[in-house]
Amino acid sequence: MHPFSISRRRSAPLRRATAACIVLSFGGLAPQLASAQGAITSNAFNPALSLILDGKYSNYSRDPRDYQISGTLLGGEAGLLSEGFSLGETELAASANVDDKFYGQVTLSISDTDEGTDLNIEEAYVQTTTLPEGFTARAGKFFSDIGYQNSKHSHAWDFADQPLVYRALLGEQFGDTGVQIKWVAPATLFVELGAEAFRGSEFPAAKAANSGTGAYSAFGHVGGDISNESSWRAGISYLHTDAEDRESVLTTDETVAFTGSSHVWIADAIWKWADHGNPRSRNLVVQGEYLRRKESGDLAAGSAVAAYDGTQSGFYLQAAYQFMPRWRVGLRYDRLTADNSVGALPIDTPLTDDRDPSRVTAMVDFSNSEFSRFRVQVADDRSRARADKQVILQYVFSLGAHGAHQF
Amino acid sequence: MHKIIVLVLLGSVLAAPAHAALRVFSCEPEWAALAKEIGGDKVDATSATSPDQDVHYIQARPSLIAQMRRADLVVCTGADLEVGWLPVLMRQGGNAKVQPGQDGYFEASSAVQLLEVPSSVDRSMGDVHPFGNPHIQLDPNNIGKIAAALALRMEKLDAADAETFRQRAADFNARWEKAVAKWTQQGAALKGMQIVTHHRSYVYLDHWLGLEEIGSLEPKPGIEPTTGHLAELLDQMKNKHVKAIVRSSYQDSRASDWLSSRTSVKAIVLPHTVESVPEAKDLFAMFDVIVARLIEANK
Repeated sequence: MHPFSISRRRSAPLRRATAACIVLSFGGLAPQLASAQGAITSNAFNPALSLILDGKYSNYSRDPRDYQISGTLLGGEAGLLSEGFSLGETELAASANVDDKFYGQVTLSISDTDEGTDLNIEEAYVQTTTLPEGFTARAGKFFSDIGYQNSKHSHAWDFADQPLVYRALLGEQFGDTGVQIKWVAPATLFVELGAEAFRGSEFPAAKAANSGTGAYSAFGHVGGDISNESSWRAGISYLHTDAEDRESVLTTDETVAFTGSSHVWIADAIWKWADHGNPRSRNLVVQGEYLRRKESGDLAAGSAVAAYDGTQSGFYLQAAYQFMPRWRVGLRYDRLTADNSVGALPIDTPLTDDRDPSRVTAMVDFSNSEFSRFRVQVADDRSRARADKQVILQYVFSLGAHGAHQF
Repeated sequence: MHKIIVLVLLGSVLAAPAHAALRVFSCEPEWAALAKEIGGDKVDATSATSPDQDVHYIQARPSLIAQMRRADLVVCTGADLEVGWLPVLMRQGGNAKVQPGQDGYFEASSAVQLLEVPSSVDRSMGDVHPFGNPHIQLDPNNIGKIAAALALRMEKLDAADAETFRQRAADFNARWEKAVAKWTQQGAALKGMQIVTHHRSYVYLDHWLGLEEIGSLEPKPGIEPTTGHLAELLDQMKNKHVKAIVRSSYQDSRASDWLSSRTSVKAIVLPHTVESVPEAKDLFAMFDVIVARLIEANK
């Protein structure tokens, strides 16, 4: 997401104030809930507050700062986590019904990096709750509902990182400021159609082209139950983005900027099974998505400009199996391919690397409860010419209000 | 001839159009069963969860969103039992009529007094429900109160069938009161019976029949049974006369079987909802089975 960076020295008072606010609001919320049935205090209308704590230890066999994916120009949050101990994103989410017709949600993510503290607004939106005929409208900043994985918060991921095709084509996940309308059909099969229009300031868009309406999308999802033990959902989505000077940093620390437009098509499918329909004992999730992005426009490197026309596509297929209460294993395969034509530029870009990146990832995680989880993940990442062996240890904990069990 | 044509045309215009059944979306099977008792074939009641599922861990899957979209009335326990999935289902369903605060939203727990309301909550206590214990369906007196309130709501929503609902509710109430008196009398012998349960979901049953719950297999609510805690429970049971280790059909049998084999106390399954065991075909049969199994274990 577009980071608003605060340098470490100037941010100290802000960080203390933020921490104080969080402690105060938690102190106000927790113990006064119910001394006797019917006791209401002035805190009763506080929003549902939750905090996500995420920390990682990463180890790579190659230098993570050299990370590129052959055939694509990276942007957004597509880089690797720094090596060694790192604090992932600390997420603060608040949500509540605003009145009888609206609901609001804010998700802030706070990252601690060597360059300072980044405070990002991941989501800040309002939504209708009582539109007739199955419609829901939303406005603000939010993750787009294209695909399946795109709208999932990082603490709900089945792996410590996103699929390669999301990293390459959507900069981890696409979220921007704009509006959304969704419609659920009055049918026994779940059918949902939606459309969105965005500002166009987030990867793969850039700089709010087209007078601040630089991206739009349309999507449709269907789903249902196969039996009392398994359910499925599938969908098709389309995202169009315009970019002006979309910068990508190359391994040589040179930058190249793309101006043009991109079209992304996504096909997604997910199938979930639970023993007797009870996900607590054993359950299996199999999901996969295929993404295809066509971009055309200009690439600028220094004062040189060249025409660029590219099609990058890829898929991932992953499975996560809970074989006993609290323990899960996961396996994921990623593959990408690209067909790019770039005019003459004084520097080399990964766009002309003629190889297909792939990656295999395996993970094991243990959850003491639904609020705490530890994960060990290993991957053989062939995004670059020489394979990178990656190991990530992670904890993900949530404080405060109960999270929503999304499908 | 003209008169006949006019009369036929008038008749067809004035005849009431076919009336669709009231679509009731219940979070749990016991409320779907109750809605069917009150509504008969004038309601189309579905349950979001099956007796084999742990209601705390449901996901807002597509088939539930589609059901929510078409529902006229949503009946759930409330008291945060469904907090993990009902709110997101409400937001995704696009159905304005069933939002909290509307007539199309009915919370069963609003009709009864909740037990075990905590004075403070903290997640170190496990998955504790801040509004009180939500497993209200196991006291038949609660079912009676909820039936009366639900009938009124159904009458309000579906004026065309209100008279049917009123009659069926009155009939149900008469049969239910007789049945509750019978169970209470049969269950008098169970007063003071000591039991161990898997999760604290039998509190209302204990309250009604005077059962004494001396411990639970979960060290804290929502945390899986551990060998350490089971060993402690084993020690505690030595000085007591526990008659049954009780679990629900969706809970893993290994912990109760382990404890049963080391204490020779019977491990039994008590229905927690309609159809959780094959004999519990409706609400009446459910309590018949509960009382019968407890009396058998108490021998």
